[in-house]
Amino acid sequence: MATKRIGMEGSFAIAEAVKLANADVVAAYPITPQTHIVERLAELVANGELNAEYIPVESEHSAMSACLGSSAVGARTFTATAGQGLELMHEVLYVASSLRLPIVMTVANRALSGPLSVWGDHSDVMATRDCGWIQIFAENVQQVFDLVLCAFHIAEDPSVLFPTMVHVDGFHLSHVIESLYLLEQEEVDKFLPKYHHPYALNPDKPVTIGAFGPPNIYTETKKPQDIALRASKKVILQVWRKFSELTGRYYSPVESYKAKDADVLLLVMGSFSETAMMAIDKMREEGQKVGLIRLRLWRPFPFDEFRQAVAQAQLLIVLDRALSFGGPTGPVCSEIQAALYPLETRPKIISFVGGLGGRDISVPTFEDIIRRGMAKAKQGRLDELEMIEVRE
Amino acid sequence: MESLAIYAPRLVTTKEYLASGHRACSGCGEVLAVRLTCKALGRNVIIVNATGCMEIVSSQLPYTSWEVPWIHTLFENTAAVASGIEAGIKVLSRKGGYSQKTKVVAMAGDGGTMDIGLQALSGALERGHNFIYICYDNEAYMNTGIQRSSATPFGASTTTSPAGKISIGQTSWKKNMPAIAAAHDIPYVATACTSYPFDLMNKVKKAMKVEGPAYIHVLSVCPTGWRLPSDLTIKAGRLAVETGVFPLYEIEAGKYTLNFDFPQLRPVEDYLKLQGRFRHLSKEVVAQIQERVKAEYAKLKRKVIQGS
Ligand SMILES: Cc1ncc(C[n+]2csc(CCOP(=O)(O)OP(=O)(O)O)c2C)c(N)n1
Repeated sequence: MATKRIGMEGSFAIAEAVKLANADVVAAYPITPQTHIVERLAELVANGELNAEYIPVESEHSAMSACLGSSAVGARTFTATAGQGLELMHEVLYVASSLRLPIVMTVANRALSGPLSVWGDHSDVMATRDCGWIQIFAENVQQVFDLVLCAFHIAEDPSVLFPTMVHVDGFHLSHVIESLYLLEQEEVDKFLPKYHHPYALNPDKPVTIGAFGPPNIYTETKKPQDIALRASKKVILQVWRKFSELTGRYYSPVESYKAKDADVLLLVMGSFSETAMMAIDKMREEGQKVGLIRLRLWRPFPFDEFRQAVAQAQLLIVLDRALSFGGPTGPVCSEIQAALYPLETRPKIISFVGGLGGRDISVPTFEDIIRRGMAKAKQGRLDELEMIEVRE
Repeated sequence: MESLAIYAPRLVTTKEYLASGHRACSGCGEVLAVRLTCKALGRNVIIVNATGCMEIVSSQLPYTSWEVPWIHTLFENTAAVASGIEAGIKVLSRKGGYSQKTKVVAMAGDGGTMDIGLQALSGALERGHNFIYICYDNEAYMNTGIQRSSATPFGASTTTSPAGKISIGQTSWKKNMPAIAAAHDIPYVATACTSYPFDLMNKVKKAMKVEGPAYIHVLSVCPTGWRLPSDLTIKAGRLAVETGVFPLYEIEAGKYTLNFDFPQLRPVEDYLKLQGRFRHLSKEVVAQIQERVKAEYAKLKRKVIQGS
């Protein structure tokens, strides 16, 4: 195993993982803050370091469409996008999951227009919540590298065959340089099986892919799709376990930090979790029983792991980095409420929204969120969605 | 078999790659064109089909009419999906994971090609993928109920360009899609029509030999949408060619060839009067169309004479 730590930008670490996975086709269209990923991949192909076809398509809609084609013919396929690009792909995303094409995509999460913002938040992710992809959040550059490699393994497993997104906060992760451990090619070759789609397009064994479904059969195609996506969690866990045996780095669907004996839990997703940990540390020093929950697996939603992780807490404060305009709370918080509602005993839930359009959340702000959440819970103000640090 | 046209029809394969039992309307020119295309293509192809009549009539779950590998995903992305398949085959062949020389063939209607799919098509042609793109032009969005497209001819009544008290129906002239394809400087562009089956199959065979993008634009008579008795499909296609409304030509490496020349074009009225979609047209409008057809035909002939 590579034991040397090297410094690398998040985007380059993603490209490195794609190279080590020996991807066959990359079809992509540039958009900030995803650009460094696809530029680096183009460079690797141009230098013969990655033996792949790079398709410089004319739009994200075509990027994802080209990925459908290459994946359907049996080629290991990668793309990356962000914000508006993800939205332009929207209708194609559903086709990828419905046709069971294991495309791997990193999304350098970005706010949505308008006003135009190239900076990070989770508005783009949340708009694609129900598109049937496996969705995984990374928190630092090491995780980005690891999770992209694992994504190929998960997506292409014959019992899974679902496209997979790895979410990487725009700029906060795509553009930071951090130290990480890479893997050797031989290690990756041993870890990652070859991609073989059982129904790939081939004249020797003609198949019809993407037939039209009248009302008497559409539902029968959707139920197995949902069952299969839920069942993919088993494989996700297996792959992460196998990866930990190789690297000693362990991933789980719900990650906790100082949460075991905590009365109050904060829930975040993505790169902000590391700042949130510092706030937890500080408050712990002050004797407060607070902890952190980080949702790594967004789809399929890890109900069991999540319910278990928050079972002992009295209060759960959820920070969303996206709005659901006119909706009940932030989109993640709504899911959390739904996930806990059937339980007899459950923590109280408070919803905050912040970190929109690239606005940072500092350690003191996280502390403030937790304190305010506690105060609101005491006052019984559970039905309020609060946007933090908004200038009036 | 260099040129199917000079051999007897019985030399055409009896093998069907588009099985019968599909759900096309009777007299459908599009399904006939696809069937003939498939005969010319043979088995070593992967077909990418846009949303539209062809996809709907040939693929209703749990059945399929396709005896060759076939994929449908969306309406506007056919050329992009074909790009991905072509690139996939290329890299897998290089890495030893694919062992035959398969031609990728994209198929779409006029809407899927000239309107909503134009960007994806332009991108794929410009990038130079090795594939054939065939537009089956029935001159409207037939699948959704005869709405106008940019291929709908001037004066035609459709459900979104209806003829009315103060409208003649479609008020714009048909977009010249073969010229747009040719403007990408691709090796092969052709027009064809089901009423000239050997010419159509010949052109498909030619396109198969091309390295790089080939574009074929097939006029596909639609009795349902054109308000035409279903036994007149072939006749209407012939008249479209003989009146100069839809000339059959090829552009090979920029060089124009007119495959059927008519020194004396038949009057467009012979073509228009067969079809209910033109029934409302006044003599003046018919004359206007006649003028336009003449001028366009002369323009095409000049290109043929000049060679490009
Ligand atoms: C994005 C999108 N917009 C609209 C439609 C609805 N739609 C399906 S087929 C079609 C028209 C197809 O027309 P054309 O491409 O000319 O093919 P035809 O059916 O006439 O063969 C339309 C508008 C769709 N499926 N997807």
